[in-house]
Amino acid sequence: MGAVPISWFLALSAVLFVLGVAGFLLRRNIITVFMSIELMLNAVNLSFVTFAYQFKKVDGHLLALFVMVVAAAEAAVGLAIILTVFKHRATLNIDDVNAMKN
Amino acid sequence: MDSFIVISLVKVVVVFAVLLTTLAYLQWVERKVIAHIQVRPGPYRVGPHGLLQPLADVIKLITKEDLAPPFAHKTLFLAAPFMAITLALMSICVIPFGPIIHMGGVQTWMQLTDLNIGVLFVLAVSSMGVYGVAFAGWASNNKYALLGGLRSSAQMISYELPMSIAIASPLLLSNTLSLRALVDSQAGGMWHWNVLRGPFPQIFSFIIFLIAAFAETNRVPFDLPEAENELVAGFHIEYSSMKFASFFMAEYANMITVSCMAVLLFLGGWAAPWSAKYGSSVVPVAIFGCAGLIALYHGMHPARRRDRYTLPGAGIVFLTIAAIFLLPMVQNWLLPLFWFGAKVGSILFTFMWVRGTLPRLRYDQLMGFTWKYLFPAAILNLLVTGFLVAWVS
Amino acid sequence: MDVILFLVFAIFAVACAINVVVQTHPISSAISLIGVMASLAVLYLLLGAEFIAAAQVIVYAGAIMVLFVFVIMLLNAGTESKKGRSLVAQALGAPLLVALLGILAFFVQRLFPREYTTHFGGFTGGTAKDVGRALFTTYLLPFEATSILILIAIVGAIVLAHKEMD
Repeated sequence: MGAVPISWFLALSAVLFVLGVAGFLLRRNIITVFMSIELMLNAVNLSFVTFAYQFKKVDGHLLALFVMVVAAAEAAVGLAIILTVFKHRATLNIDDVNAMKN
Repeated sequence: MDSFIVISLVKVVVVFAVLLTTLAYLQWVERKVIAHIQVRPGPYRVGPHGLLQPLADVIKLITKEDLAPPFAHKTLFLAAPFMAITLALMSICVIPFGPIIHMGGVQTWMQLTDLNIGVLFVLAVSSMGVYGVAFAGWASNNKYALLGGLRSSAQMISYELPMSIAIASPLLLSNTLSLRALVDSQAGGMWHWNVLRGPFPQIFSFIIFLIAAFAETNRVPFDLPEAENELVAGFHIEYSSMKFASFFMAEYANMITVSCMAVLLFLGGWAAPWSAKYGSSVVPVAIFGCAGLIALYHGMHPARRRDRYTLPGAGIVFLTIAAIFLLPMVQNWLLPLFWFGAKVGSILFTFMWVRGTLPRLRYDQLMGFTWKYLFPAAILNLLVTGFLVAWVS
Repeated sequence: MDVILFLVFAIFAVACAINVVVQTHPISSAISLIGVMASLAVLYLLLGAEFIAAAQVIVYAGAIMVLFVFVIMLLNAGTESKKGRSLVAQALGAPLLVALLGILAFFVQRLFPREYTTHFGGFTGGTAKDVGRALFTTYLLPFEATSILILIAIVGAIVLAHKEMD
């Protein structure tokens, strides 16, 4: 039974985080930008759980749970904002919503 | 290690063979029950009393033309029924059907696997089941399908909340998330079942769970999203042949899953209502014996000409099953299976009974019901249960 | 066995994450994100976080992503248009991100040598009982605060998406 080095989990978390940053900076669709934010939050959750394994405490799991809760609240409000923006501007391209008033 | 893999494979094959046959015949039972509620015979011609009707349906569904509408999203159109049926069948993996059995030198539990988060596993699988419906509605490129799919998934996620809270209340009494330990904590007769025991009998959460289960599986009175006359069959309107059969099977598999969960959480799982020393092992013999005698009696003066052969045949089959229950060597594994099957069967019969009896709720009535009445009731129940459990201990 | 499971699900997670960033249609990105979350749930199980794995599937993949999928279906967002991309951002951005990844990976490798390994069953303190006990004793204040946060989010979302009754 092989064992997985702990640095592999952290490296995977880093890769997912960087991919989330890439999506956040390079995409033009609001919803895809939002999904990249969720990807970043997931990567951070993975590193919290990994550190909980390393120190053999359950506090990392609790922090991951709170991150999930905050992500849920943020997703709800953010999607409501996206719906409102779409109702007024009829576009989902973030380059087109760069003025405060029409 | 090898024998573990072999035993597990044998268990998987047995459980899935029984499950898929049950799915097919559950449809027959439903059609018969609804027909008799509506004072008509139901499937009657294909085989004795319509028993080969599921086979005819399978042949019909397989040989139908399988087409996809133009401009539909091809990958999702294919993937949605596949996801629905896979997720619906996955929950059977953690359900315990009976205690430990010893057969031919091996010893194993009548359960495919026991997870210590068994209840959460079933909840997780049913949460993911929403995607099958949502993607089916969207991928069909049809406004009725999209509307039906969105309504159905909104209904499913809204009713997941009271269902989860209604699941949490008996867990406060049983103090475990593993399904095997849940059944063990309700051992000892009817007064120890979660629906009747402890500081607070869980009757209200049982009712809340059943109502939420009706909505989760899109059954009447909550089946507006797939109603044939209101929404032109909702999210599966563009599906034909085997993909439609997958949705159909997924609905019945979901029904079986929630019935099994209700039995495990509230009705004591595979435990008999009173212990064997007061004669509870005679009950299946009595039931099947009576059924056999009634069938034989009616076979002597049948109402229809064909029943001269089928009713006595059924009577002999029932009497044979009653005789099998008398053998002492099969009792230790057949009796728990009988009690589990009887309890799940009664809840499934309730599903069909309600379908034949109640009218359909309108969509806004349905959503208003859960958010305004069912969810607060579930939370109140959890609060009272928690308070009483903390007070007693 | 652990290595095989980790490699399979880690490669699946990275492939889905790349798909999230690369796909043009938001619905394909959403499906790939669901794939990422599911494979992360398996990795949490490998690390002994059984309650968090179940919560990940129930809350994240089963509720939050359903919200995303609903909004994408309601808005009927088509594929993204190609206009308006700044070449400077793309030319500078990708190498800088690779550099960020390199720095992170270097520090990770230096702080955690190869001998520090995990194996399935190495941490058994992640059960629902342990998480629950910590949630209601040590972390009671964040628990209550997040419940109020969710209430605020519900009220805010309803106010924002509310249709005016004329």
